[in-house]
Amino acid sequence: MDWELILENGGKALVGTDAVVFALAAIGLNVHFGYTGLVNFGQVAFLAMGAYGVAMGVITFGLSFWLAVFLGLFAAVILAVLLGLPTLRLRSDYLAIVTIAAGEIVRLVLRSASLRSSTGGSDGLQAFADPFFDINPLPTGGTALGPIHLGDGGYGFWIWTFGPNTTWVLIVGWGLVGLTSLMVWALMRSPWGRVVKSIREDEDAVRSLGKNVNWYKMQSLILGGVIGALGGVIFAISRQSVQPDNYSTALTFFAYTALILGGTARIFGPIVGSMLFWSLLSFTDVTLRQAVVNDKIPGDFLTGTRVGIIRFMLVGAGLVLLMVFRPQGIFGDKKEVAIGERG
Amino acid sequence: MSGADLSKTSGPSLAKAAPHEGLERVPGVPKPDPILVADSVRRTFGGLTAVDVDHVEIQRGTITALIGPNGAGKTTFFNLLTGFDKPDSGRWTFDGQDLAGLAAHKVARRGMVRTFQLTKSLARLSVIENLKLGGTGQRGENFFRGLFKPIWGAQEAEIEARADELLVRFKLDHMRDEFAGSLSGGQRKLLEMARALMVQPQMVMLDEPMAGVNPALTQSLLGHVKSLREDGMTVLFVEHDMDVVHDISDWVVVMGEGRVIAEGTPRDISADPAVIDAYLGSHHDAPLSAEEEEQVLAEVEEAIAGEEAG
Repeated sequence: MDWELILENGGKALVGTDAVVFALAAIGLNVHFGYTGLVNFGQVAFLAMGAYGVAMGVITFGLSFWLAVFLGLFAAVILAVLLGLPTLRLRSDYLAIVTIAAGEIVRLVLRSASLRSSTGGSDGLQAFADPFFDINPLPTGGTALGPIHLGDGGYGFWIWTFGPNTTWVLIVGWGLVGLTSLMVWALMRSPWGRVVKSIREDEDAVRSLGKNVNWYKMQSLILGGVIGALGGVIFAISRQSVQPDNYSTALTFFAYTALILGGTARIFGPIVGSMLFWSLLSFTDVTLRQAVVNDKIPGDFLTGTRVGIIRFMLVGAGLVLLMVFRPQGIFGDKKEVAIGERG
Repeated sequence: MSGADLSKTSGPSLAKAAPHEGLERVPGVPKPDPILVADSVRRTFGGLTAVDVDHVEIQRGTITALIGPNGAGKTTFFNLLTGFDKPDSGRWTFDGQDLAGLAAHKVARRGMVRTFQLTKSLARLSVIENLKLGGTGQRGENFFRGLFKPIWGAQEAEIEARADELLVRFKLDHMRDEFAGSLSGGQRKLLEMARALMVQPQMVMLDEPMAGVNPALTQSLLGHVKSLREDGMTVLFVEHDMDVVHDISDWVVVMGEGRVIAEGTPRDISADPAVIDAYLGSHHDAPLSAEEEEQVLAEVEEAIAGEEAG
């Protein structure tokens, strides 16, 4: 058993690009679901807007990279308005139905063969983020201070190191996580936040006090959607590629899992939830593979090709246990959850 | 416009001087100084006419009870007036302004605030936050201004001070920082009423304020409703309990099958045969004799025969 490999991968997944992307997706969902009570099952569509906004902006429309980023965020605003206008007046279940459908519609449109010339069809688009890496200030060569790597053997600590380009993505990505969290924190302590949290509890009560409930729900949908689109932008940049099948419904539910694991309506809930989710997945994945390779698990019981599925079952079982013993997640307040159930 | 500013209204002394004196006891009777006037308000659900009110006026500065048997359309009428439901037809004015077709939140901003039959406490917000939500014209409720506390901090402190005063008045100050979801049914009714007052309304609409409240709290709630009138507000409330109606209301409007069937003081209403009929059915006091039954039967048969022939 290569314990160092297990430790290395688990640690890198804790702060890696997946954790950043899902943290941003989950922060957006936290605004929607955790604070405003909007059940958005189509968060992946907002990520797709950000990712394809960048990719298509550069490759299809020939915009500069930075303008393309804004195109992606603007596309998320448009999507939020389109989804919100017909559904926000209605009960929350309708938003759930419409968003889950919208997520699939976006994916199917992006991969359709007839749009291959603009979206790249099922192959997607590649190599559009060069200007992002051109301004990477991190040199490829450098020094190391004991276990701290500063360019010599990548960037990082001890065995957990990343190459300069990945490190650059992570710096910008975690910076965005910090900025958006700061913004959500500032909003949620304000009277604006009080209104959206009250809408989560009972929107008719909020109406009866003279607040324009539908407008606040729209603002929340846009805010959370744009934060999700930022996640999509980072996702696209980190791979220098977009592929439609990366934007399936499962992504939305992983983001929900991360959010609930960390605790809803908490600033650090989605961040820590996403980090732990990916670290756990990586840990079980590498551990199982090591166990199979080193014959700790008999081959007729588990083979290496099945590990990818088994790890989801194990992590899923773990999450079920968490929900049983700690339904409020890591940061949640048990009393608050109990009151929510009573209604 | 908003706010129960005492100088603008007739004031407590006038309100007590029986503004209903000398009024005719008929449905739709004009009042000397109505704050709310509704005309031909109709609402149907499929084939059922839930509300069909020709004309009704609510006198400013008084407590008016809206009573009627189950299914009389009281709550539907409430929902229509406050913008929570849309009528098929009809107009109404509040303080001289046309309110028909206005969205619920705009109705509240004009100074007419309602509560609900099933209380709507914001369970996972603290009691004090529940009240602060009611504050009007909050700068920090704007998305961009909300980001910066210096812009709204001072106003927030004013609102909090006013909310704390109301909590003391409604004896909820010991629950200030508890989740509203942990309050008892009666305390939630108090909370909802206090929250409505944060809007500084001219008129408060209470949908069954005493429903589900334990008897020990009823007296205190009644006192609070009366104090709204003393503060110059107009109160319209739906209630089933006739003792409550007798105790606090200046005037009673009775609905039956969607229409206003009687109006008067609580004393008149108890004796009004139309009201008793509405609650108990029209032949409640005289069981049919055998002869009458035969007569009714003959009439029905005749009618059926006539229809078949035609």
